[in-house]
Amino acid sequence: MEVSLPEDGFLVTKLDEVANWCRKNSLWPMAFATACCGIEVMATGASRHDIARFGAEAFRFSPRQCDLMIVAGRVVMKMLPVLQRIWMQMPEPKWCISMGACASSGGVFDTYAVVQGIDRFLPVDVYIPGCPPRPEQLIQAVLDLQDKVQKTGTFNAREFKSRTRPEGPRPLAMQLDMADQMVAPANYRTATRSWSVVPEVGNHAGESGR
Amino acid sequence: MSEGTVAGHTLFSDPAVESIVSGLEKALGVPGGGLKRSSFRDNHRVWVEPARLASALKHLREAGMDLLIDLSAADYLGYQDAEHRYGVWYILENTSTGTRIMVRSWADDPSPCLPSAFDIWRGSDWMEREVYDLLGIQFTGHPDLRRILMPDEFAGHPLRKDYPLRGMGERHHFVPLARDES
Amino acid sequence: MPLKLADAIAAPDVEERECLWTLNFGPQHPATHTTLRLVLNLDGEVILKATPDIGFLHSGFEKLGEHLDFNQYVTIVDRMNYISPVANEIAWHQTVESLLGIDLTPRCKMIRVIFAELMRIHDHLLCCGAAALDLGAFTAFLYAFNQRELINEINEWASGQRFHPSYTRVGGLQRDVDDAWIGKVRGFMDGFIAAHNDVTKLLNRNRIFLDRCRGVGVLTKEEAINRSATGPVARASGVQRDLRRLRPYLAYDAIDFDVVCAEEGDCLARYLVRMEEMLESWKIIHWAIENLPGGPVNSEIDGRMVLPNQLSVYRSIEGLIHHFELNMTNRKWKPPVEELYTATESPNGELGFHIVSDGGPCAWRVRTRPPSFIHFSLFPHLAEGHAVGDVAAILGSLNIIAAELDR
Ligand code: SF4
Repeated sequence: MEVSLPEDGFLVTKLDEVANWCRKNSLWPMAFATACCGIEVMATGASRHDIARFGAEAFRFSPRQCDLMIVAGRVVMKMLPVLQRIWMQMPEPKWCISMGACASSGGVFDTYAVVQGIDRFLPVDVYIPGCPPRPEQLIQAVLDLQDKVQKTGTFNAREFKSRTRPEGPRPLAMQLDMADQMVAPANYRTATRSWSVVPEVGNHAGESGR
Repeated sequence: MSEGTVAGHTLFSDPAVESIVSGLEKALGVPGGGLKRSSFRDNHRVWVEPARLASALKHLREAGMDLLIDLSAADYLGYQDAEHRYGVWYILENTSTGTRIMVRSWADDPSPCLPSAFDIWRGSDWMEREVYDLLGIQFTGHPDLRRILMPDEFAGHPLRKDYPLRGMGERHHFVPLARDES
Repeated sequence: MPLKLADAIAAPDVEERECLWTLNFGPQHPATHTTLRLVLNLDGEVILKATPDIGFLHSGFEKLGEHLDFNQYVTIVDRMNYISPVANEIAWHQTVESLLGIDLTPRCKMIRVIFAELMRIHDHLLCCGAAALDLGAFTAFLYAFNQRELINEINEWASGQRFHPSYTRVGGLQRDVDDAWIGKVRGFMDGFIAAHNDVTKLLNRNRIFLDRCRGVGVLTKEEAINRSATGPVARASGVQRDLRRLRPYLAYDAIDFDVVCAEEGDCLARYLVRMEEMLESWKIIHWAIENLPGGPVNSEIDGRMVLPNQLSVYRSIEGLIHHFELNMTNRKWKPPVEELYTATESPNGELGFHIVSDGGPCAWRVRTRPPSFIHFSLFPHLAEGHAVGDVAAILGSLNIIAAELDR
């Protein structure tokens, strides 16, 4: 198909729309691949599924070069501050896909260490169900995101400005009695964990029969 | 499994394992059959008390058990008929003959503590750190006993039976991020 | 005191040097494949000290094992070494069956052998492909992934899931395989040798690949044993230890195959051992698929340990009751109050499970003996003295899988 304009011709469109069109067709994903879902991300990029057909094959592992973060796999306590920090390092505009049951909700791992859905602590644009999702599903998610970018995007990223509150479900902290909690908060701003609030380390659980 | 009993404990039917264990008894100065043994399927276990554990392991290493396959522990809080709170196992193998035995020992609250096998098998390095991290058993003599899997400031020992499966709220305490500030 | 030249050029201790550079590697880095962190102390380009930091994927597998019953937990072990899932299932259920005293049927044993060897190929393909990818040889990775997709299809055909099949059950399998599945395996086998040749041709004479692997990360035989290495890593250092030979399980005592060993113990030897093991696996599958016995895949129902088949659940009251008994939370299995460790030769090394049972349907404690965890503890020993660029080669040759590393 050839589109040709007459000599010294011009095209009228909205600035927003050109920007969106450019952005959506050259998403640069950063695969934040932690666990099994990461292998499916690799499969999506490798032969047979080949995500290059949709203009999203330029996997970069440096957050500074990317505008799409694919969180593939479970995120645990030790990893979450790292994830938040990496998200902060990505330049605007940026989007986030939460891939797989674990990233979206904790999946089968309802345990002490696994964060029950990254959306509690991070804004997410597209969720993919499955454990692991098939490569086709990941490709579909990229297409959906392209749709979203085309429909809601603006040239100077105004649409993000209105999202001023955390969007996920409320943190689950109130599930437990205050007395039963052992709290050791971590901070994404420094990506370090605060040492001052550490409760007494050692045999907290040591007195048997609690 | 029984062949004969000396000093109350049933001997192993497997002669290769039995000769190693009787050698161990000799080295520790225990009368023949003085160490508690048990067998289940192809596992042969011998119980060694914590005070003698270091010399027992050293002897076994010299007796040719050169591969430490596994070192781990379990919390027996509330287990039927358990005498001690923590049970520790060392699975050893002789790589030239293929003989495998399991050495069992134990530890108790309030400060569970065992000698480290770091100098005997270097492979025990991370395994001991893991046991320390998840169960809170100290290994004296380990040069670098830090938490390995859990974050440093984590306060509990998750594999203990009195630690709940869903944790004590640690996984919920992070700062949520809004879209406009990131 | 007169200064000697030797003093002046002697390397001071790591802590004393001020010009050292500390490089943080990971936890999110393409060459780590998964999530692990290394802190490297560098002098120029030479690694003086490597400090691994792990636990970025610790999700409480072992704790979960205390709350899920023997059949449910198979979904969790699947996710442990996720590039060879069925191998974990086989190891887990072998321990459970040994604890309960169940004998498998010949057909079940053979199907498990086929799956175990397919998984070995699956695992080694990814390991070799990704190692090559990190060293700059992208094409080999694509060739390897092509074959992996075929194995995923075989999984999918047998169990309905391409990636985490959860295919084994206590005393049997989720369902029997059919002729179409056998045809699929045969089809894969026919094409595999050519694909293996392709990868070999791409890498074995690739000057860059060879130069970056040869002599890097040498592990001697004594150190391999002393540091508890098993599997291909140990065999590449000359330890002739393969559990399939040492303690034959499933149907391995009837099968003829060679244990592949090398002497050098460097990254290249580990790569070559893996490539050669794939051919041995091919031989085993070839034999097994020709000699696949008939008969049922689930053990006899006496003892009421094995899930009944679907037809008998729907069509007969005994089957229904039996199914019910194995799924009611207060019934299920009644194992002896005992402890048991058994191990299998997984693609990565000795994968063992230690179950402490209190007589209930869930284990009291499940300990996994994870080969990746132990192999990663070798890393500082292998890396020290090499250049930064060798980190990728060593990590690739050890095949560290984070979910198994951290559990
Ligand atoms: S969703 Fe499933 S496949 Fe993905 S990381 Fe979680 S357990 Fe693994």
